[in-house]
Order: sequence, then C-alpha cells, then structure tokens
Amino acid sequence: MYQYDEIDQQIVDERVAQYRDQTRRYLAGELTEDEFRPLRLQNGLYIQRQAPMLRIAVPYGMLSSKQLRKLGDIAKKYDKGYGHFSTRQNLQLNWPRLEDTPDILAELATVQMHAIQTSGNCIRNITTDQFVGIAPDEVIDPRAMAEIIRQWSTFHPEFALLPRKFKIAVSGTKEDRAIVQAHDIGLEFYRDANNQIAIKVWVGGGLGRTPILGTVIRDHLEWQHALTYCEAIIRVYNLHGRRDNIYKARIKILVKALGIDEFRKQVEAEWLHLKDNENTITAAELARVAKHFDAMPYETLPVQDASFEAAIAGDPAFAAWVKRCVHPHKQAGYRAVTLSLKPHGSAPGDITSEQMWAVADLADEFSFGELRSSHEQNLILADVRLSDLYALWEKARANSLATPNIGLLTDIICCPGGDFCSLANAKSIPIAEAIQLQFDNLDYLHDIGELELNISGCMNACGHHHVGHIGILGVDKDGSEWYQVTIGGKQGNDASIGNVIGPSFSADEMPNVVQKLIEVYLKERTAEERFIDTVRRLGIAPFKAHVYATKETNTEVTA
Amino acid sequence: MSRLITLKNGIAEVTTDQWTLVNLPESQVEARKQAGKVVLFKLTGEQTVTDAQIANTVIPETGNIIVPLSVFIARQQELKTRIAKGEIGVWLATHELLESLTQAWADLNSLPIIAIFVERFADGRIFSLGNLLRTRLGFKNELRAFGDVLRDQLFFLKRSGFTSFVIRADRSAEDAIASLNDFTQPYQGAVDEPRPVFKRYNRGA
Repeated sequence: MYQYDEIDQQIVDERVAQYRDQTRRYLAGELTEDEFRPLRLQNGLYIQRQAPMLRIAVPYGMLSSKQLRKLGDIAKKYDKGYGHFSTRQNLQLNWPRLEDTPDILAELATVQMHAIQTSGNCIRNITTDQFVGIAPDEVIDPRAMAEIIRQWSTFHPEFALLPRKFKIAVSGTKEDRAIVQAHDIGLEFYRDANNQIAIKVWVGGGLGRTPILGTVIRDHLEWQHALTYCEAIIRVYNLHGRRDNIYKARIKILVKALGIDEFRKQVEAEWLHLKDNENTITAAELARVAKHFDAMPYETLPVQDASFEAAIAGDPAFAAWVKRCVHPHKQAGYRAVTLSLKPHGSAPGDITSEQMWAVADLADEFSFGELRSSHEQNLILADVRLSDLYALWEKARANSLATPNIGLLTDIICCPGGDFCSLANAKSIPIAEAIQLQFDNLDYLHDIGELELNISGCMNACGHHHVGHIGILGVDKDGSEWYQVTIGGKQGNDASIGNVIGPSFSADEMPNVVQKLIEVYLKERTAEERFIDTVRRLGIAPFKAHVYATKETNTEVTA
Repeated sequence: MSRLITLKNGIAEVTTDQWTLVNLPESQVEARKQAGKVVLFKLTGEQTVTDAQIANTVIPETGNIIVPLSVFIARQQELKTRIAKGEIGVWLATHELLESLTQAWADLNSLPIIAIFVERFADGRIFSLGNLLRTRLGFKNELRAFGDVLRDQLFFLKRSGFTSFVIRADRSAEDAIASLNDFTQPYQGAVDEPRPVFKRYNRGA
C-alpha cells in the first residue's frame, strides 16, 4: 500500500500543528463555537450527544497492521476501548475528549494517518471496492489514481469551503462494488478500444434526503485528465451550487436543476481552459504511485489444496464460514477473507481494541501485514493462502470475527444512530441488534440467502438505506421514534433506490416486519431468485399486503 | 492598528491601507428571497442592489477608493478620469458575476485593485473568483479579500491568488499573518504555484 515520503509526512505534521493551534484558540476563547465548527469538522471532529466523535481517514479503505494496532492503542488510551467502522471505510471514535484530539492526531501522524477532510463541506475520503487489486473481475486497479486524487484534494485551496460535502468513489471492476452511482463524482475506470486506461465519469449521485443516482457526464476521459476534469466539475459546483439551504446544497440538486445537458455544457466549457494544465497527471507520477500497489509477493500455488478440501468436508461450521466469508482471488491458491464485524446482537461495524490488535496479528500472519475496511463495515484480509484458511478461521472465531453472515440479512449496514449521533431522528443500533437476534438461526439465515439490509437513523442516509434490498429509515414523529421501510434498493451496476412500503413502524415491530417481508419472499421465490430479484419481479404490492394485513391496529396511520 | 495584511514578493506584512472602501447605502427594499431563475442559484436569498442605492452611494471626491461593482458599472462616466489616474478600484460580493465586470470594463489591469467581499467564512466561492481573476482574466494587480476574513482562510486565499487581506475587525492581523505559511509544500498546483508537487519536487521513481 502507499507509503508516505517526506512530503506527505510534512503535510500531516503541519496539519497537526495547525489543528493544535486552532483547538488552543478555541479553548482560550479566541474562536467562537461557530468559528471553530468548520475548522474542527474539516478534521473529522463532530460534537455529538455524549461526547465529540472523531472520524479518522482510511484512504480507500487500505490499512496496514501497524496502523490498525495504533488505532487499537488510541481507542484504548483516549476512548472506551472500541471504535466503529463507517460506511465511508473510515474509523470513528465515539468518546474522545476534545482537549485530547490534537494528541490523537499527533499519534496518528506517526503511522501515516490523519483525519483530514473526513467531515465538513469539502472533498471527503475517496472510497473504492474492498477487493481492489485482487478481484478476478478487476480490469484496472484504481488505487494509484485514488491516491493521486487523495493528494490533489487534500487542502485543495479552491475547494476548501464547498456548498456541501463532496464524495468521490473510484472503481475498476466489471461488477461495481463501490456504488459509484451514489457519489457526487464516480470514476469508473476501464480499458478503451486502444487498450488505454479511460474513465467513465458519473456525476450528481448521492443518498441523503434526496436520493438520486448519478448520471454519466462523460463516457470517455483519458486518465491523465482526471484531476483537471474533476476541477472543472467542482468549480462549476462551487460557484453555482446553492448555499442558502443545506438540504439543497449537494451537487445533485444543481445537476437536476440545470439538467445534465446544461451542466455538462458548463463543465466542458470550463474544462477547455483547464485541460492540459500543470495538474495533468504524468505517466511518471502514475508509475511512481502505482509501484506502491504492486502485487504482493505471491507464492506459486496449485488451484486446489487438499487440507482445505478436507477441512470443508469435515467441519460444517468452517464450510458455512467459507461459503459466506471467503471470496475469489485473481491469484491461484489465494482467497480474500471478510472478518465479520456483525456478530449477532451487537452494533454493526464496532470493533474493540483487543479485536483490532488480533486482526493486526492475523494480517501479519496470513496476509502480508495489510487489510482493508469495506463500506459494508467489515474488515478484509485480501491475500490468504487456501491452506491457511482453517487456521485463520479458528483464530478469527476465537475473537468473535467469524460470524458466517457476510452478504446475508444480518450483515447489516448501520449508522451510529440516535445512541451517538446528534443528527439522528431515531436509534439504529438497537434495531439492527433486534433483527440480528430474530434471525439468529444460521440455517434459516443461509436459506434466506443474499440480502442487504441497511439502516439509517435519519435522512442523511449514512447507513445507505436507499440502496438496501431492505432499507430502514429512522423518522421522528412528534418526538417519538418511528421506522420507515423501503424494499427494492440495490447497489451495483444495476443500482436502484428502494420504494417505501407504507406507513412507518415502532421499534419493537421492526423484527416482525422484516420477518413478514422474508415470509413473502420465501413463499414466492423461484429457485434462482434472491430477495431483490423477487421484489423486482413482483413489485412491492404482495410484500406490503402481507406486512400490513397482519399489522396490529394500534400503530399510526399516516405515512 | 491596521488590519491589512499585504503580500509582496512572497513577504507578508501588516501595512497601512491606502484605499478607502465605498459602501452602498442600506436598501429600503426588502431583500428578495427567491431570484427565481434556476441558473442564478447564487442570487437566491441574497440581496440585489437597487437603482436608488446606486444613485445614493456617496463617492468621495478625492483619494484612492474601491467602489461597489454596481456603482462602478452604472456611474462609470463620473469615474472615468479618476480611473485613468489609478484612483479607482472595484469590489464584488461573492455572488456577483465576473462577467458583469469584464463586460463593463475590459481592461482589468487598468484597475490597481479588485477586492472581493466574503460575507461568511464558509463561503468558498471567493476562492474560485480569485482563481478565475488570475488565471482566466489575467488580472495582475492587487487582489484583496475583506469581510468575514479570519486567519484560517489565509493560506487558501493566498493560493487562490489573493495578495492582500483585511482581517475582521475583532481579530488581530499580527496574529493572523502566521497562517499564510501553514503548509510548506502543498500537493496540488494552484494560482500561486501552478505546478503540483510531483512536478516541482523529485519524489523518487
């Protein structure tokens, strides 16, 4: 993975000094609360219900074992001994003291980490597919470009104070796993007719209050122009995006209001001036950065491994885990492994310091000392030998990291919700926990098959509820917490936004509502169909009918 | 104590202001909440200048002055000889269009100073305006930021082509000056240094 040189190190060190002084001025009363807010937000520090929350950047989800160990140390020393992986592949600490945050950042800088632009109205962490670099269906490994974009966007002087947050995702696979269509800019890398690296540029996607899938603004962009083209897009947005209404300030609103044709016209006109300027990426720079992402020193291994086959045959629990948590790899004899941060009955994405240290050890022992975080809030060891899987599984299981539920109903994507977040309308973690416990029977869970259930505690949609096969959104009705259910959302190349099935539910109804949806699916499905396929074939009507037919009458009637 | 920081040949210092800022009188018309036209999002909720305001703006008879864009456009005839003498600068608010200025006055470099008023710290349009004035419109003279200008914008303003900064009245310019050098080697090319770090520094192969 990318290693800092003296330039990168100097920038994070200078950032620590700058932020330390900003915090000092705030605590000394030289900055008001309002003045400090945009400054601390640009450094990932929110003031939450109980305490500040610090969001630490994990650029495009890549972590070294050394970094994860340090995160475990920091969570132990400055927090309550755990952290939370977010849907932006970042790590959040829920209980640090504001006074300690400069020291936390100084410690992060010692392992080439930071919290720069993890929040605020600026270009956020670049995200991508967690199987980047090793996926069999990958056409281009976009990490070098992601790193180049990360550097370009870090303290970009023109785009430091945008109308609203700005999210960029990159992807280089046939099957999109980075939800590029749900980003302000999505960059889809491919090889063009001349076998050159090219980019399909999506713009104006985003979840939040107004979920909109992105539109293609340019089918073919040569990779050299990635930065200048983004500059053109973001300049048009910076100048013309709304700043009077926070709910209408994302680029998607501007794109919709102007129409994609007019927006494209303005961007292309701007780009004519920027094209080929100094920020054009050189082949030398791409090569320099790409070297950091060279393939691991893999051994030449056979496609099959007898001990692995024997373990599968002899241990059904291991076989179940392999089925769900082990993924194909482009190198023969290797697999990627997802360590589930979704054990049933606990907060999705949470991880203790002890678990972080354990995962760091597993990465060192089995996967070249590196790992990834996913937007589904799990951790991935990307390069594990087939013959090591059983040993890895035993150790992961001993640390509660081997729940065989990846891609299943209980692999819930969930924001921190009303337990922590001051934006939330409703709690989300207890809903996730209750649903996990309702579906705790693993055989039943595996029979239901692939299903993505996403929960957000408010319409800001950090839990990506719009693109969940089942989406749950916390809403506030006269001060009490209710939950609106959507079905039919999906991420991927054929992404879609879910449809609301009807009036919302109280918290204690939710496990049963999900149960009812599953009952309809199990009754109606054909042999090949996943939940999402059945919903797409039948529409929401039969699901709605079953859920509400049996619904007790004491719940509210308005939508 | 002067609140003006001036950047000359890379050296920043607190200096005495040679310019007097001319403001529009308060509007008697209620601010329009909706401008209506989709393309002009930037006007939404923001005040537009009335003819009465322009007519009633008091322009000092002598001295170096920076006048509002709307006054500069509407009362150009009155100002012509003083423009020729280099006594007149123009200021724009962040929602105003650079095209309005260039349509009214093509030769920007005959203006010794252009200033941009930023009403709120969080309004980052000022950076794009600075960039466009320097890189697109070729403006070479003093480019000033004033309004809600605090030390934590200075590094970005400098990189966006600004060369002078009026720090908000309740803050010290002496303290703020240090933030112009918050970072030694920024990653990306911008107005002050068009080359990104990978073109100006050998980062190895």
